[in-house]
Amino acid sequence: MTVLLASTAGNVLVWIIWVGAALALLASALAVVLFSNPFYSALALMANLGSLAVLYLLISAEFVAAAQVLVYAGAIVVLFLFVIAYLGGRADAPWTGVPKFSSVAAVVASVAIAVEVIVAVVVSWTGGLPNAAEITAAFGSPREIGRLFLADHLLAFEVTSIILFVAAVGGAVLGGAARRAEKAEAQTPSEEENG
Amino acid sequence: MGPGIGAYLVLSVLLFATGTVGVLIRRNPLIVLLSLELMLNAANLALIGFARQHGNSDGHIFALTVMVVAAAEAVVGLGLIVAMSRRKLKLDVDQMKQLRG
Repeated sequence: MTVLLASTAGNVLVWIIWVGAALALLASALAVVLFSNPFYSALALMANLGSLAVLYLLISAEFVAAAQVLVYAGAIVVLFLFVIAYLGGRADAPWTGVPKFSSVAAVVASVAIAVEVIVAVVVSWTGGLPNAAEITAAFGSPREIGRLFLADHLLAFEVTSIILFVAAVGGAVLGGAARRAEKAEAQTPSEEENG
Repeated sequence: MGPGIGAYLVLSVLLFATGTVGVLIRRNPLIVLLSLELMLNAANLALIGFARQHGNSDGHIFALTVMVVAAAEAVVGLGLIVAMSRRKLKLDVDQMKQLRG
């Protein structure tokens, strides 16, 4: 009886944390889309990634949750913040005019996707989804992820490093080309840029 | 039982739809990129949920690879935005007509 009560209390606690994280996730996602200042949008994305990490922890994906916070919130969003700060006032983009036909169409299409998937999930749910598989404590741990990366998915791991290298070279090339264009324009100010 | 795969899938599609709206209606390329990250994260959430459902860690590997692709995409996208800004182009995806050097 006590064990049953304890497990019920544990489940209620898990649900409370899950619902809190889910609400934070959706609210911060809306904030990313709706803020007119991209700096606030990037900060909202950071909150979004934090609540995602909580959701990952609840389904024993410890390593992915840690990587999410370190790599996504710690590196990618900070890169966004650097670029937004570098652009300064030019990065601001307030809402322009009334919603056009295309905006309405975009919202309708997105709602249609959401409703379609939710209906599909609910229909399978009423049919009785199978219970989640039993897992051991090793599931999602750094040891397990490391073993999978270096044994089963070595090719993906290596291709990943090539992609990152190409992206770094691409970023440097784009920056260098822009700097050369800027210099050329400074030397011949009479020539009008039409780009 | 805690939240099952169904709850995670519903949450994932809501996040995906929010990201889609952002990509389609915003004209600032920075916010388009941020909304793109939302869509990638929605896919990651579904992958992690299915990994737990099937008790198979391969989904975690897929999610980590998606994270790497997101990093690469952010670097190239932000590089393009900085290049546009240095050429004094307006930061508006509706007015981008050419990316030719």
